[in-house]
Amino acid sequence: MTEPMVRIRGLRKSFGTKEVLCGIDMDVQAGSVMCIIGPSGSGKSTLLSCINHLERIDGGRMWVGGELVGYRERAGKLYELPERKVAKMRARIGMVFQQFNLFPHMTALQNIIEAPIRVKRQPPAEARAKAMVLLERVGLADRAAAFPSQLSGGQQQRVAIARALAMEPQLMLFDEPTSALDPELVGEVLAVMRDLAATGMTMMVVTHELSFAREVGDDLVFMADGLIMERGSPRTVLANPREPRTREFLSRVL
Amino acid sequence: MQVIPLRRPWTWAASVLVVLIAAGVAWSVATNPAFGWPVVAEYLFHEQILAGLIRTLELTVTAMLLGLVLGTALAIMRLSDNKLLSTLSWLYIWFFRSVPVLVQLIFWYNFGALYAHITLAIPWGPVLYSASTNSVITPLTAALAGLGLAQAAYTAEVIRAGILSVPSGQTRAAKALGMGPATIFIRIVFPQAMRVIIPPVGNEVISMVKGTSLVSVIAMADLLYTAQLIYARTYETIPLLIVASLWYLAVVSILSIAQHALERHYGRGA
Ligand SMILES: Nc1ncnc2c1ncn2[C@@H]1O[C@H](COP(=O)(O)OP(=O)(O)OP(=O)(O)O)[C@@H](O)[C@H]1O
Ligand SMILES: [Mg+2]
Repeated sequence: MTEPMVRIRGLRKSFGTKEVLCGIDMDVQAGSVMCIIGPSGSGKSTLLSCINHLERIDGGRMWVGGELVGYRERAGKLYELPERKVAKMRARIGMVFQQFNLFPHMTALQNIIEAPIRVKRQPPAEARAKAMVLLERVGLADRAAAFPSQLSGGQQQRVAIARALAMEPQLMLFDEPTSALDPELVGEVLAVMRDLAATGMTMMVVTHELSFAREVGDDLVFMADGLIMERGSPRTVLANPREPRTREFLSRVL
Repeated sequence: MQVIPLRRPWTWAASVLVVLIAAGVAWSVATNPAFGWPVVAEYLFHEQILAGLIRTLELTVTAMLLGLVLGTALAIMRLSDNKLLSTLSWLYIWFFRSVPVLVQLIFWYNFGALYAHITLAIPWGPVLYSASTNSVITPLTAALAGLGLAQAAYTAEVIRAGILSVPSGQTRAAKALGMGPATIFIRIVFPQAMRVIIPPVGNEVISMVKGTSLVSVIAMADLLYTAQLIYARTYETIPLLIVASLWYLAVVSILSIAQHALERHYGRGA
C-alpha cells in the first residue's frame, strides 16, 4: 500500500487531568473520505484540531503527507516546531467549522482571497480570479460582494468551504459542517462536499449525516470516550455494527 | 393598500416647545451685554489664542498617538502567554493608572533635578550618548511623557477588552488557513476589535483635548491656560472663557464626525 495521506499513531491528548484522546491509530488514504461518528464529548473535534496542530498533543505522532505534524524528531525526542513552520503546514490542510467562522468584516470574496494573498503571496488579481471560480463551484458566484451577515447559514458554510479550498489543500477537515444549519439547508452543503469528494480530495468528516457517510465515505470510524471503538466500510458498520456501543449510538441517531 | 405609520402628535408639540425655549435662551444670551460679545469677537482669532489652540491640538495628537501605540503593545503583552511580558504590562498599567497625571507631569518636568545627566553606556565600557537632562526633557517632552504614558495605561485596557471581544473561532479559522500571528492580529482580530475599541477611545481623545490643560502646571500655555492668562490681565473673564469654549466645541465637533466615520468603516458587515 502507498503512504497514507494521514497517519496517526498512539495519539493522546488531555485537557488538564481529563484525557480526551486515549491512543488513536488511524490511516487515511490519499483521495479517500474518512467519516467519523460518535457521541458528544467523544473527542472528534479534538482529533481534527490535533491534525492541524490547533491543539498540542500529549503523546503519539501524526504525519500528513508524510510529514510529522507540529514537531521535529531528534534523538528520540519531539521538539515543538516554531509557529512559522506550523503555519506553513496548516496552509496545506483545509478546515471547515461547525460555526462557519467566516470573517464578518470581509465580503465573501475577501474571505476567500485573504489567505492566498497574505500566506501564499498570490497576486490579488490572480487570487480574485481563482476565488470567482471557487464561488461558481459552490454555487455562489452572484454573492461575491455579500458580507457573511447577509448570507444564509448554508451559503456561509459554502463560502467557508471555498475559503479553505482557495489554499489548494491536500487534505480537508470537516467538523460537523451541517450541524448548525436549518434542516432545509443541509442538502446544499452536503452536495458541495459530495462534488469535492468526487474530485479526489482527501477528506476527514465528522458528521451525524449517516446517509452522507454511507454514500460518500470510504471508511468510517466510531469514536467513544477518546477511543476508536469500531471501524470499517460505512455500509458494513452502519448496517451491522459489531460493538454494543456503536449499536446503541446508531439506534439513538437514526 | 396604504400603510400609515403611527402618528406621534406629542413629539411634535414637544419639539415646538423645545425650539421656542432654545430661541429664547439664544436671544437672551445674544442681547445680554455682560457676555461681552464684541470682546469674544476680538479674541476669537487673536494670535495668542490661536497659538494656545495649536499647542492643545499638538499635545492631544502626539500624546494620543503615543497612548495608542504604546497601549496596543501593552495590551498584546498583557494577553501574551509569556508570563514575563504579561506581568510587566500589568505592573505598568497598575502604576500609571494609580499615580495622578498631575504628579506625573510635575515629576517629568523636574526630572533634571533628580538626574542631572542622561547617559547611555555599555557597563564598564564606552559611553555612547550623554546629555544634560534639561536639554532632553524640555517642557514639551515632559508634557508628552506625562500625558502619553498615562494615556497608554488606559488605552491598553480598552484595547485588551476589544481584543477579548473577538470570538476565538476567528483566530482558529485564521490559523487553520496558515496565517501567522502578525497577520492574524492585523487583518482579522484588530479590525473586529476596533468596533469595541473606537467608542471609548473616542471618549478618551475628547477628554484629552480638555485634559491637556493640565500642562499649565509646567508653564505650558494651552488653549484654556492662554485664555486664563489673558483675562488675568484684562479681567474679561467670561468673554475669554467663551472664546476657549467655542474652540473646544469646534474641535470636539470635528472629532465626533471623524469618530462617526471610523465607526462606519469598522462596522461594515455587522
Ligand atoms: N479547550 C478545551 N478545554 C477543556 N476541555 C475541552 C476543550 N475542548 C474540548 N474539551 C473537552 O474534551 C472532550 C472532547 O471534546 P470534543 O469537542 O473533542 O468532543 P466531540 O466529540 O467533538 O463532541 P461534540 O459532538 O459535542 O462536538 C469534552 O469532554 C470536552 O468538554
Ligand atoms: Mg465537536
